[in-house]
Amino acid sequence: MTLRKYLVLAGVTVFGAAGDAMLSRGMKEVGNIAPHHVSELILAILNPWVAIGVLLLLAFFASYMTALSWADLTYVLPATSLGYVVLALVAKFMLHEDVTTARWLGILMISAGVGLVAGGPSKTETERSDPPADMAECVAEAAGRGVEG
Amino acid sequence: MKHAYTWAAIWAIIVASTAGDVLLARAMKQVGDVGELRRRRGLLVVIANTIRNPNFILGVAAMAVAFYSLLFGLSWGDVSLIAPASASLTFVANAFAAKLFLHEKVDRRRWMAALLVAGGVCLMAL
Repeated sequence: MTLRKYLVLAGVTVFGAAGDAMLSRGMKEVGNIAPHHVSELILAILNPWVAIGVLLLLAFFASYMTALSWADLTYVLPATSLGYVVLALVAKFMLHEDVTTARWLGILMISAGVGLVAGGPSKTETERSDPPADMAECVAEAAGRGVEG
Repeated sequence: MKHAYTWAAIWAIIVASTAGDVLLARAMKQVGDVGELRRRRGLLVVIANTIRNPNFILGVAAMAVAFYSLLFGLSWGDVSLIAPASASLTFVANAFAAKLFLHEKVDRRRWMAALLVAGGVCLMAL
């Protein structure tokens, strides 16, 4: 793991959290959408907060794809959850909101989880050298493995 | 109905985003280390190789379903329930899926991490 790779993981964390926050704010403005008006979801993109949220999530997506090209899914995923920790710390120290004991405990657990994974290897996909080409083959094989135990 | 729509959206997000994560992770492993590939053959080759990968296309489709389920859910319920509930259950689902479909070595350390993160995300929703 190089500095550049840690920066990519930081991008996953920050862009993801900021994007979610913007989407949430935008959808509160858009209001409830009934299931028989699902097409309105497409127009929700026109809300500026939703639009900024989508742009941030695109940046998240680019960093996420980059990280997945050299690290395990179960290594990259915890980094996405660090975003909740970042949001809570921003709420506490920049917006001066109250952060409850349960939330601090949540922060501690997420950080511990991320620490555990980060302490191990970033790529473990070594059980077989040639990855199956398509999902069908993969599913069939996984089903076989399930039967074997 | 508010409650039912919210939880229907949460389950849709979990299923779609787990499928999407697995497909995208598989696609990127097939593309190879993006940083190295970019240095050797340029950014355009990286982008072309990525978007032509069938697993990538399927993964993006699954992520689009997850995204619209999230928007639908957010229009009915609070982000403080939907985001953590779907995220924490997706962590556990992904640990299973990564072991089963991607052959990642999900050892005790990673199981504990998945459960810690899932629990922590739940607590943050309180």
